Amino acid sequence: MAENETLLETPLAGLHRELGGRMVGFAGYAMPVQYPAGIIAEHLACRSGAALFDVSHMGQAELRGEGAAAALERVTPAEVQALKPGRQRYALLLNGAGGIIDDFMVANLGDRLFLVLNASRKAVDVEAIGAALPPGVSIVPRPDRALLALQGPGAEAILAGLAEGVAALPFMGVLETPVAGIPALVTRSGYTGEDGFEIGVPAEGAEAVARALLAAGAAPAGLGARDSLRLEAGLPLYGQDIDETTSPVEAALTFSLGKRRRMAWDFAGAERVREELDNGPKRLRVGILPEGRQPARAHTEIALNGLPVGEVTSGSFGPSLNAPVAMGYVARAHAGDGTALELMVRGRALPARTAPTPFIPHRYKRTPSISTGAIA
Amino acid sequence: MSETRFAESHEWVRLDGDVAVVGISDHAQSALGDVVFVDLPEVGREVTAGEAVAVVESVKAASDIYAPISGTVAAVNEALVDNPALVNSGAMGEGWFFTITPKDTSEIGKLMDAEAYAKHAEEAH
Repeated sequence: MAENETLLETPLAGLHRELGGRMVGFAGYAMPVQYPAGIIAEHLACRSGAALFDVSHMGQAELRGEGAAAALERVTPAEVQALKPGRQRYALLLNGAGGIIDDFMVANLGDRLFLVLNASRKAVDVEAIGAALPPGVSIVPRPDRALLALQGPGAEAILAGLAEGVAALPFMGVLETPVAGIPALVTRSGYTGEDGFEIGVPAEGAEAVARALLAAGAAPAGLGARDSLRLEAGLPLYGQDIDETTSPVEAALTFSLGKRRRMAWDFAGAERVREELDNGPKRLRVGILPEGRQPARAHTEIALNGLPVGEVTSGSFGPSLNAPVAMGYVARAHAGDGTALELMVRGRALPARTAPTPFIPHRYKRTPSISTGAIA
Repeated sequence: MSETRFAESHEWVRLDGDVAVVGISDHAQSALGDVVFVDLPEVGREVTAGEAVAVVESVKAASDIYAPISGTVAAVNEALVDNPALVNSGAMGEGWFFTITPKDTSEIGKLMDAEAYAKHAEEAH
């Protein structure tokens, strides 16, 4: 395809083609949107067994130097300084106006922090974070590394057959351990709502690891299934559901604000975050369930009694729900769960309701003390 | 039944008695991927060749279906409402979308035959 000529490839491009992947452009990379099984089969394979995604297009970077955590906290409201070695956390990168530059993962590797950034934002992120760093702290992109996501209830058994110590890893735990003989950085996390792992490896080892995971029973899955899985899990996609105009409060991502940070207010954009926490944001990101089978796509107007009250930011068909699912922003007054709304699809008002997310319960493997404790 | 003809926009049309049956090609269903919803036209609607008259939605996206010939919508395939996946499993048969009472049956002959369409689909790919 001519349009692919200028696209970058991941180290697994050859394997994707061998597996019959349908390659499309995404964030400047040629990526498989699906394999011959199709999006629905790949999605369901992840919910029932295990699916393998190539996410090597995502940015990987290290933050090195004395005071790296404190420096990162200048541009994120997440608690980074108290993040323990061997732990990972979801964080937002904010601009001075409280808009979201990106959402990312930060892991504490003991002697350095390790970041996973969105593909479409990695260059912007490295610049924004770099500008906030004092002398002695540096951000080092790692384009020499590939990233695989092994997701689903069968992920643990598959990975445990190829790597030591991964079964004992709790949700958001981090472990440096060889996978199929290749040195890897394994985290128990993902973007599907299922238990699973993300496996960072040197680019030259990626294909061997991917082949070993596929041979052990993981189903190859593309970006199409990744999108429908994350949507059912209620997880926002940068560039669609969050961007530099949306704030952490509007985006319903306040869980990522550290408690200490909410007392010190010492991060970029704190003023807006504080104001919206105190007085409520104008709009809120909500889950939306359309009635019937017709999906409502991104940019669909949301109305109430014929008057616009918001916009869909992501909308698709949820294969596990066997129904359409969406998320979007609505004026705060109409953001309560179960509010009846209309989605303006091709000139017709499609009835829908706001709904709590996730649409499909998360099945993360938290530490036993939490999963069997009072919270459960 | 007459020979199946194809429009550049990937619909097929086949004369069956007084009406022309319309669906999308196997190439089109494969390119769309899993079909999850079909929006069908109203019976009795007058349509012009090239007019968007139906919508097919896959997991990823919505796509317009165009009338390959002019005429009046005579019937729609209600089976697609509950089972849109028929478009994938039987694009050229059970997964038909609607029938048109043609204004001028000679319009059908002006569309591509299977061989010309196969070449067109390959080029479009």
